[in-house]
Amino acid sequence: MEFGPHLILAILEGAVGAAVLALTALGLSLVFGIMRVVNVAHGEFFMLGAIVAWWVATSIAGHPALGFVAAAVVAPLVAGGVAVLGDRLVLKRVHYDPEATIVATIGILYIIQQLALMTYGPEARPVEPPFNSRIALPWFEFGETGFEIYYPWGFGTTTYKLFVIGAAAVILVGFWLFLSRSRIGLVMRATQLDREMATAFGIPVSRVYSLVFGLGAALAALAAVLIVPIQQAHYLMGGDPLLLSFIVVIIGGLGSIRGTIVAAVLIGLSDGIISVFFSPTLAKIIATLLVALVLVFRPQGLFGKKPA
Amino acid sequence: MAAVTILETKGLHREFGGLTAVDRVDFTMTQGEVHALIGPNGAGKSTFVGMVSGRIWASGGRVIFDGQDITARPAHARIRMGMAYTFQITAIYARLSLFENIALALGERSRPRVQEALDHVGLTERMDEIAGDLSYGHQRLLEIAMGVAQAPRLLILDEPTQGLAESEIEGFNALIRRLAGETSILLIEHNMNVVMALADRITVLDTGRILATGAPDEIHADPHVQEAYLGTG
Amino acid sequence: MKVLGLHLGLLALLAVLGMILPAYHQGNLSRIMVLATYAVGYNVMFGYTGLLSLGHAMFFGAGMYGLGLAMQHGGVGAVPAFGIGLVSAAVLSAVVAVLALRTIGVAFMIVTLMFSQAAFLSALYFGEWTRGDEGFVLAQQIRRVGEVDLSNPVTRYYAALLLFSVALLLTMRMTQVRFGHVLVAVRENEERTRMLGYSVWSHKFWAVVISGTISGAAGAAYALLFGYVGASFVSVPYSIFPLLWVLLGGAGTTIGPFVGTLFMFYLIDYLSGLTTAYMLVVGIVLVLLTLFARAGLMGEIRKRWVPWLP
Repeated sequence: MEFGPHLILAILEGAVGAAVLALTALGLSLVFGIMRVVNVAHGEFFMLGAIVAWWVATSIAGHPALGFVAAAVVAPLVAGGVAVLGDRLVLKRVHYDPEATIVATIGILYIIQQLALMTYGPEARPVEPPFNSRIALPWFEFGETGFEIYYPWGFGTTTYKLFVIGAAAVILVGFWLFLSRSRIGLVMRATQLDREMATAFGIPVSRVYSLVFGLGAALAALAAVLIVPIQQAHYLMGGDPLLLSFIVVIIGGLGSIRGTIVAAVLIGLSDGIISVFFSPTLAKIIATLLVALVLVFRPQGLFGKKPA
Repeated sequence: MAAVTILETKGLHREFGGLTAVDRVDFTMTQGEVHALIGPNGAGKSTFVGMVSGRIWASGGRVIFDGQDITARPAHARIRMGMAYTFQITAIYARLSLFENIALALGERSRPRVQEALDHVGLTERMDEIAGDLSYGHQRLLEIAMGVAQAPRLLILDEPTQGLAESEIEGFNALIRRLAGETSILLIEHNMNVVMALADRITVLDTGRILATGAPDEIHADPHVQEAYLGTG
Repeated sequence: MKVLGLHLGLLALLAVLGMILPAYHQGNLSRIMVLATYAVGYNVMFGYTGLLSLGHAMFFGAGMYGLGLAMQHGGVGAVPAFGIGLVSAAVLSAVVAVLALRTIGVAFMIVTLMFSQAAFLSALYFGEWTRGDEGFVLAQQIRRVGEVDLSNPVTRYYAALLLFSVALLLTMRMTQVRFGHVLVAVRENEERTRMLGYSVWSHKFWAVVISGTISGAAGAAYALLFGYVGASFVSVPYSIFPLLWVLLGGAGTTIGPFVGTLFMFYLIDYLSGLTTAYMLVVGIVLVLLTLFARAGLMGEIRKRWVPWLP
């Protein structure tokens, strides 16, 4: 294939990655922004979403769309429920102390991951997409006969991949409306701004925290449901989304929702493009080092404002 | 004997995000004096002593300590030159014993010398207790003892008597009188009784500027000060 | 005096155990002592200075690859290769310190995690030399110092004991001198320490370098004594292990790292016979420790019964 179509393909793959990453990273960013804690187990909620999706999809007979829709409802609920449990049983009791929370969520990471290994097993399993027709894409060239349009072999995408991008965009907009317009969203933002003040105004901060932690996990699980027809479900699949989400949240500015989404699109796209053209390992090395240096020299992120 | 200048600031200045906290302050302090810094909340007192001790970087101006320009030196280097600083909000090692607290201030682990330092504030008997278990007033006294233990030439005290009981304040006053003459003491204080009892000179700071400097009687009589700060006096 | 007695007593006990233990446990204990040295190194930073690193595997790996690559591809002898391992770890920790110490708290943890992840990926990327995940084996005939064969189980045990003794006595001494006291002061209250005239930055810097170098020594020794070098030793779990061992044994206690390593090693050894999901117990122990015993085993013992424990 020529360079042009190749690049378009890379961008399309990158856009799918970016869409899923934006949802996952938003979950992490939400938890950090409002609760001021880092959830190291975030990737495991992603993994949990994927394997629950597999379970639901395989236990429902009939058209794959039925199973998919059921999974999109059940998986976030399960992951959110587990997260709320973790919040109540562990994080609340260490009073959200930042360091203790990190150590505890590392523990939760291994507990979820290993329980998945014990029950789901070490295999990678696919989920059938609800629909998946190929769309061949056209390309053009100036040949001997002048300008002509043709369909290069292997140049195309699927309806499902386009759906993932669209669905993620809809969910992000919906979530933004929820945060900015709904009462619960307002309560969450109030808690973020000033915890003491929120308590004084009668906001049940402890319940808001549980809700936020559950919501963050549910977002990751929803992202996993979207991706699992493309990538298979596996008990170790949580590592990459965690690392990428960290990168996104740091570049976007810790706790900034808008920055997170911009950064997710940027990083998801460049990750997709770079790994098509370069060694993915080298790309990851450079990305991790760059992010570490951003955190060292510009802790407010590339898009964040410098604190006064 | 001609008075020796221990501390001098020239045009010392600090802005926080466009707001001027300390506005080009020229200030001098002679060796051995007890100098009280007073003024309403937000007058810039803590920022000023923060710049003297190096906790806060100056936006402009110079700090001269003991004849040397120390503006560019980091805080720990200034302390090594003979300053000591006690925080407005008590800063001790709450999980360590009183002995450890004082020993860290002294820079040596000699029990007799730790004892001597604790004697100043009457906490000798509690040497092996954990500092965080002390009452708030005693924690403040411990912090003052840490400052004294450093045997500084300039001791900076940021609201030392806040939270002390009447009897403890008397003890504090006595301690400062013992130190005065050898140690120069820069004192931020809201309690006017303490200021009047201890200060050789007083500087009144308001909105980042020096309103007046002088002996306690002069300050007390100054109409500007009365208007701005002392109320009806 | 009783402090020195306690440490020498522990080392003497280990020396005697080396002679009487059956081969299986002797082998385990050799490994535990090397890993405990890693934990001792971690403890200098986390336990005494209050710097929580999530990336110590890079220092362990620097020692391991420093020695391993020098021996495998450079034909260097065991002793100079060990030196190369130490220097690699020391240089890496100095660089990481200069960069990472610009951050504090959570950012510090993530920065160390990221650096370590970059180190892990580098080990994979340079697969031509490192053979990536698969790793490489150091041949038995090059693992020797003069006439002494380090792959012999008994020599290996006493070599591990020697390494551990140096690390343990070094940290014991550290708790007795001013440097160690100031580290604790930095951990307890950074601003107060600065305003007592101590340079907080340089104390933290040396804590990172000492910690990283001891960890690197453990990594180099692991490669030398057990003859294997692989990327999994630089992966995230190998950064979490020392944190777990130190938390379990007691952060900021000299013998806590050993106790924690010993305990976890046998727990995992036992469980891995029952299930492949033995990392589950790592997770459970971490959660339980944060909930119920933040001071760890030796820390709780110190709190309750033996206040002089260093």
